[in-house]
Amino acid sequence: MSPADYEGPILEIERLSISFFTRLREIPAVMDFSCTVQPGEAMGLVGESGCGKSTVALAVMRYLGKNGRITGGSIRFKGRDLVNMSDEELRHIRGSEIAMIYQEPMASLNPAMRIGDQLAEVPMIHAGVSREEALRRAREVVSDVRLPDPDRMLRSYPHQLSGGQQQRIVIAMALMSKPSLLILDEPTTALDVTVEAAVVDLVKDLREKYGTSILFISHNLGLVMDVCDRLCVMYSGEAVETGSIKDVFDRMQHPYTQALFRSIPLPGADKNARPLISIPGNFPLPHERPNGCNFGPRCSYFEAGRCDAADVPMFAVDGHDRHETRCIRFREIDWAAPPKVARTTEKAVPGRVVLKMEDLKKYYEVAANSLFGKSGAKKVVKANETLSFEAREGETLAIVGESGCGKSTFAKVLMGLETATSGRIMLYDRDIQSTPIEKRSTDTVSGVQMVFQNPFDTLNPSMTVGRQIIRALEIFGEGKTDEDRRNRMLELLDLVKLPRQFADRMPRQLSGGQKQRVGIARAFAGGAKVVVADEPVSALDVSVQAAVTDLLMEIQRKNKTTLLFISHDLSIVRYLSDRVMVMYLGHVVELGTTDQVFSPPYHPYTEALLSAVPIADTHVQKKRIVLEGDIPSAMNPPPGCPFQTRCRWKSKVPGNLCETEVPPMRQLAEGHQIKCHLPDSELARMEPVIKIAAE
Amino acid sequence: MLRFLLKRIGTMLLTALCLTFIVFVLTNLSPNLEKLAKSELGARISDREVESWLAKYGHDRPILVRYGEWLGVAPGWVSEDQGVPFGRCLPRGGDPASAPRYCGILQGHWGQSTVFKAPVTDILWERLRLTGILMFWVMALMVPVSLLIGVLAGMREGSKLDRTLSTFSIATTATPEYVSGVIFIVVFSSSAVGLKWFSGTAASAATDGITFYNFFLPVLTIALYGIGYIARMTRASMTEVMTAQYIRTARLKGVSPRDVVMKHALRNALIAPFTVIMLQFPWLLNGVVIVETLFNYKGFGWTLVQAAGNNDIDLLLACSVVAVFVVLVTQLISDIGYVYLNPRIRIS
Repeated sequence: MSPADYEGPILEIERLSISFFTRLREIPAVMDFSCTVQPGEAMGLVGESGCGKSTVALAVMRYLGKNGRITGGSIRFKGRDLVNMSDEELRHIRGSEIAMIYQEPMASLNPAMRIGDQLAEVPMIHAGVSREEALRRAREVVSDVRLPDPDRMLRSYPHQLSGGQQQRIVIAMALMSKPSLLILDEPTTALDVTVEAAVVDLVKDLREKYGTSILFISHNLGLVMDVCDRLCVMYSGEAVETGSIKDVFDRMQHPYTQALFRSIPLPGADKNARPLISIPGNFPLPHERPNGCNFGPRCSYFEAGRCDAADVPMFAVDGHDRHETRCIRFREIDWAAPPKVARTTEKAVPGRVVLKMEDLKKYYEVAANSLFGKSGAKKVVKANETLSFEAREGETLAIVGESGCGKSTFAKVLMGLETATSGRIMLYDRDIQSTPIEKRSTDTVSGVQMVFQNPFDTLNPSMTVGRQIIRALEIFGEGKTDEDRRNRMLELLDLVKLPRQFADRMPRQLSGGQKQRVGIARAFAGGAKVVVADEPVSALDVSVQAAVTDLLMEIQRKNKTTLLFISHDLSIVRYLSDRVMVMYLGHVVELGTTDQVFSPPYHPYTEALLSAVPIADTHVQKKRIVLEGDIPSAMNPPPGCPFQTRCRWKSKVPGNLCETEVPPMRQLAEGHQIKCHLPDSELARMEPVIKIAAE
Repeated sequence: MLRFLLKRIGTMLLTALCLTFIVFVLTNLSPNLEKLAKSELGARISDREVESWLAKYGHDRPILVRYGEWLGVAPGWVSEDQGVPFGRCLPRGGDPASAPRYCGILQGHWGQSTVFKAPVTDILWERLRLTGILMFWVMALMVPVSLLIGVLAGMREGSKLDRTLSTFSIATTATPEYVSGVIFIVVFSSSAVGLKWFSGTAASAATDGITFYNFFLPVLTIALYGIGYIARMTRASMTEVMTAQYIRTARLKGVSPRDVVMKHALRNALIAPFTVIMLQFPWLLNGVVIVETLFNYKGFGWTLVQAAGNNDIDLLLACSVVAVFVVLVTQLISDIGYVYLNPRIRIS
């Protein structure tokens, strides 16, 4: 039978089990996993890190490394058995019939080979065509993935392209031989939201054009909803629920899926009235899985004696389209019951002004070519351009923007790691803009603290948790005696809801969420007045994010801290912040209360940003705005309005005002400012990006 | 690129100037000069005689002036003995009117060797030619063998082949030339073991032409040390590259294992060892000193030892100029080659 006239499912995985073998033991990574991908169908694999979704993808490619082995079950691709296929046959399938797109585009392209050669290799291997013919095909595919100037692209090396362009090249490489199955492993995690939206858009279009089946792996439910027809939710090595998007999103039949949806901030969630519900406990380690249902210990419907008795098989849900769940009690649970709201809180009233910035500027001078000396004039990178705002006591101010927008520079200047080029930062009534951190008084240092993005790198690996907090207390001059400080440290552990025994643990013994809690405890050790949280939850898993966010809010409420929340994730920003500041290329383009920023009139950039964020809710209707091109380099910003190169409203502004003049900051309503040339009449005509459809 | 080259050459010249000045000062320290005077006039001359001899031959002036003369940017000294004028640029009995004012290395006057009683230039060219031949064969053996070992070992980390080759590499780097050279002579050319496959001296190579028999041992001795070193660098770089994600991309594209190594891994894996190989050139000069002496091959290294041992100031200076030049030029070549291998570094 030739593969061309095969008519069954493209991919059938049946009861697949995969284990990794170490010297100590066998670690089962995937157990009893089944799924089917029909021709032209897009299947999503969703789960938190460590749930085995990438392992499944690599198993389809039969690329499990030295230690990994398929211990049971079968994988059939177009009816052919992949598990027992010889290396030679496998090589003919890889890249030609099954292609893969990876998480980090930069790392997955060969740095020392021209793009054209890397692309041309595929048809040269699989179709045996000449180099010229292969390059011609490469050129075609490169223009298919909407890259400008294909000839130049083919001649470039990977490092000469931006992240978004690199990912398009990786996609082009996968499409070179028109595969029947495309595996995408978190293809957009390393990209900015607006770039992510454009890439996802491209994948959807290409899928229509080529009719390829897709296996889409992601931790982002919103993205999966955007791309896929069906999905499979994985937890701790098992598929727990599988079905069509509509069924799983709206008529879920597994407690884990439900808990997952309740822990992500969807439109309508609110930190005071409708707080997120975090999943208690931690993800089980592969060798410490419980008996029976893996989710049992964290499940609110857990019933001792039944759920932990024996391994749970998949049950089909009657009346739904191929909808299955791995829950014994799914028929007994009332899925429509509203969640028990833990507790609602009063909205905190912002107090007096704690932090005030006036016309803050931070410029960097860089040599154009740092490696081979300064052959060329020095360039000025304007990382922050006239930043002005106030933050009040007990308030959460979110700073939103994509990479390169200057939000991290701003944090550095505030912390004193850099000094401002000009302008003023006032903490209460003290000027701190030109005092570097080593010259700041203990009071100022302990008053302005930071929670970092990556909890894995910010704890000293060779010091116990307790010791690190005590060290912070010593530096901040808290407590008179060692005994005092030790007690204070234990109180701080209580504050961040870590057991007191954790004081003697080493950071490596903690999970990501627990480490981030230690980071929070350390930041609040000296009674910080202003805490800068730089993407504090973006490195954490979805189920842990809610808990950490919640904790941060609670401490803030208790201490009346001013929280500057830096993030690119608009969903979480909408959930927890009082005011939002949107930045683009060093400029603040919009500033206002959360409601003002999230509803029209928008700044055109805010509009695009809102539209780019995937929302995991089938009732939400989104207007699709795809930004063309990449964010301009801060080294070489466009003249006039920083956003003019990608703005879809530019034609509505009379003359060439956008290209020549930086728009002034203008007041739209009380506390709502935007930096845009658009006349009021146009702004008034803007429609909301997100609409929640009536049920 | 041109700008980059000019800049690099400028820096090189400056470095060369500084280094030669240091060597000049060290070789022209007063004890050395005194020894020189005594070797010319006899060991039992008085201090007064030494001084007047030094004054007569221009050695008593400030060091910077003398350095300038040697370099050829200051006019050479002129002196007079019993009414006959002579000087740095004027041989005794020559015509003072037609003698050049400047004569230093810039004008091609490298001086006279006191040991070999011949102009330094003549000696140096001949010796360099001999050493060049030796170096060529060392490189011809060392580079392919070490890269092969490194790539084979790094291709599959932890395999039996890897462990065997790594052990070999460590053993060879850990053995200095004066040990391995002696062992080779004992094993392969003496009657102690009785193999007598190769000649224990390379003296005939210089006069009667190179044969495998008389040349293999010195080449092997120098190459072996470098082989271990470069192979270990290549292996480290290869194992790192083999775990890179783009290798996974290539494999999952359906590239055959051979092409994964040849097309995708090799070029990336060679970036680090390339610098090491270029660094080997100057280091070879030093290996050459030991091996040439050991095998009695009258090349550059052997000459350097003779010049240093016999207080031959001009020859020693010339040798160091050559050494400095070799080091700097190889560095330049290595930088250019590095740019070529690694497209991420490009000169705009």
